[in-house]
Amino acid sequence: MKFTKLATIALTTMAVSAPVVADLVFPSLSYRTGPYASGGAPYADGYADYFTLLNERDGGIGGVKTAVPECETGYNTAKGVECYEATKGDGALTYQPLSTGITYQLIPKTMADDIPLMTQGYGRTSGANGKVFSHVFNFPANYWSGASRIINRIKEENSGSAEGRNIALVYHNSGYGKEPITTLKALADKEGFNLTLIPVDHPGQEQKSQWLQIRRERPDNIILYGWGVMNQVALKEAANIRYPMDQMFGIWWSGTDNDALEGMGSHGYKAATFHNVGSDFPVYADIQKFVVDAGLAAGDGSNVGTVLYNRGMYSAMLAASGAAKAQEIHGVKDITSGMMRDGLEALDVTDALMAAAGMPEFGPEFTVSCSNHGGPGDVGIQQWDANDRQWKLIGGFEAPDTKLINQLIKVDSEAYAAENNITPRDC
Amino acid sequence: MSADFLYIIEVILNGLMAGVMYSLVALGFVLIFKASGIFNYAQGVMALFAALTLVGIQTGQIPFSHLINAIFGTNMHHFGWQVPTIIAILLTVGVMVLFAIIVERYILHHLVNQEPIILFMATIGLAYFMEGFGDIMWGSDIKTLDVGLPSGGSLWLEEYTLGWAAEGENYYGMYLDKLDMVASLVAIVLVVSLTIFSQYTKTGRALRAVADDHQAALSVGISLRTIWVIVWSIAGFVALVAGIMWGAKSGVQFSLSLIALKALPVLMLGGFTSIPGAIIGGLIIGVGEKLFEYSIGPLIGGATENWFAYVLALMFLVFRPQGLFGEKIIERV
Repeated sequence: MKFTKLATIALTTMAVSAPVVADLVFPSLSYRTGPYASGGAPYADGYADYFTLLNERDGGIGGVKTAVPECETGYNTAKGVECYEATKGDGALTYQPLSTGITYQLIPKTMADDIPLMTQGYGRTSGANGKVFSHVFNFPANYWSGASRIINRIKEENSGSAEGRNIALVYHNSGYGKEPITTLKALADKEGFNLTLIPVDHPGQEQKSQWLQIRRERPDNIILYGWGVMNQVALKEAANIRYPMDQMFGIWWSGTDNDALEGMGSHGYKAATFHNVGSDFPVYADIQKFVVDAGLAAGDGSNVGTVLYNRGMYSAMLAASGAAKAQEIHGVKDITSGMMRDGLEALDVTDALMAAAGMPEFGPEFTVSCSNHGGPGDVGIQQWDANDRQWKLIGGFEAPDTKLINQLIKVDSEAYAAENNITPRDC
Repeated sequence: MSADFLYIIEVILNGLMAGVMYSLVALGFVLIFKASGIFNYAQGVMALFAALTLVGIQTGQIPFSHLINAIFGTNMHHFGWQVPTIIAILLTVGVMVLFAIIVERYILHHLVNQEPIILFMATIGLAYFMEGFGDIMWGSDIKTLDVGLPSGGSLWLEEYTLGWAAEGENYYGMYLDKLDMVASLVAIVLVVSLTIFSQYTKTGRALRAVADDHQAALSVGISLRTIWVIVWSIAGFVALVAGIMWGAKSGVQFSLSLIALKALPVLMLGGFTSIPGAIIGGLIIGVGEKLFEYSIGPLIGGATENWFAYVLALMFLVFRPQGLFGEKIIERV
């Protein structure tokens, strides 16, 4: 009896943990539990649902089914690395950890394991330099292009100049939140505005000191780089001190449906974005038909069309396009992670490609190359309309201060290469 | 008066009120530790669970709807009704009492006479279980808590104090959050009620007897099991109050469980066995961390509050290891 039980457990364990043969495997390092679950769950839903759609509607990618095994990280870097180690042997083609902390840990590991690391809108910004970071792909936009686009928007709203303005950066006191500081300091020198740095410790549940400071100093603009509860508290405190919300700008991780307050509190608040908003795209009809109505959705379907769901789905679409490109380049359907890397490096996201995916004008056009893994960094601006309870795109996808950002990327990536004995690729 | 002086007063007042919010969480720890010697790691999660349950009941959410829908292929999430706030609060209190009974029957009852570290470990397990259980029961999305509490700064106070600064100085009036003011009132009522309960009721005296000496209390016929259920129920109620106050600030979401981290320095400073200690400790931590952030924070990059609260508590510990109001433990050999 005991032996039978043990054998059953052993067989079940083997069945669960065995590599998924003949599938294109896109592990999802998700977080559906813990303090950041409200952000992680819709993103993971969008990521998984898009691959389910490809399986159900198209029979997979190039006729090969996809698999999206999930591993719970809880937004914890150590757990994220464990998840990577536990799943990389199952034929993983690429990783998207949705955490800057995990990304930093995975950069050397993925390089050694020849697995591409996709970080859409997060991670190490200088990863855009493909010469140094051969396996990092952070297109179509990064933290620095987001910060630059916000400054450009502030200039647009103030007769083309930010000179003399007082701008406060309220940021999550972590690797993620600190990412834009270098860029904003460089932009402050160039554009002549005064920058005040106001850090908020994890998780950001209590921010009274920070907002009393803001109330005293009355900055002309606030830029918010928050995540999770920090965003909700920041917006609530901003509304409490009656800060003009249309002068407050969030990065895309501070511009989700979770971050909009009930009532009119956050009406007019703006945020950068690297993709479109809402669910008025043909792909959603397919998701409803082939995924949600078929009972195959990763969640309960309630997140479809929200900002973070859209972002997860968009990231999945870019990964799928990279896989299709890899199949095309190498002439095989069952690609390896190394081939996937080649596919991502040859990615050409055109309006025609987006339209064919049922996502016309959902994101900017961009091309990836050996030297440029970040694309042009085009960023749009969205604004919260509390009357209609939805985000609205109020500015097109525009280029940031590319010259300055490329210079910063060059300096940072070359420093990384020197520290880690990496010889930049000649391309 | 100079604007700088007025700003310092503003920082102190806001610190006091932030301290009250910390104390609300610390109270739950103290109640359980006093009566049973257990450091309840799950207190933060209890606040989360209570707030989730309150919002769920209030908005007519179907518990375990995701699980039900996944098993039966249905698509039900709400009953379609709204429950009045006061009834929702009473029902939530009922749930927390039921929770206390279950904890006593299935965890504490089996761990009588175990080492404190074993009981502590059990509460760690309980915390993780409750977090997952709360997720399955009510979902992990952010919920808006609306129990009619005011929010925003007091306009009256702002306008009244606007002229206090010397002419020509940039001063915008004193800022105090109305929600914090309500929380302070609630905390005062809570502490007075708990004090009256423990001093002047038979059950309260039994609680104190158990806190003083388990064996002696048992020998005079006090039921330890009943006392534990009562204590955990009261701690559940305090957790609900803390959950409401914190949830009203940020929405009810899973990070709410981390408010326990703000209570730890309060406990270290005030002592684990004193209700007034939890309040005074909270006020000292609140004012201390806010003043430090205001005066020193800008010089060293800010975000000092989290660590400074612990430094402050440790400084007190050097001189009073049992905390300001904790009982001095004398063990004779």
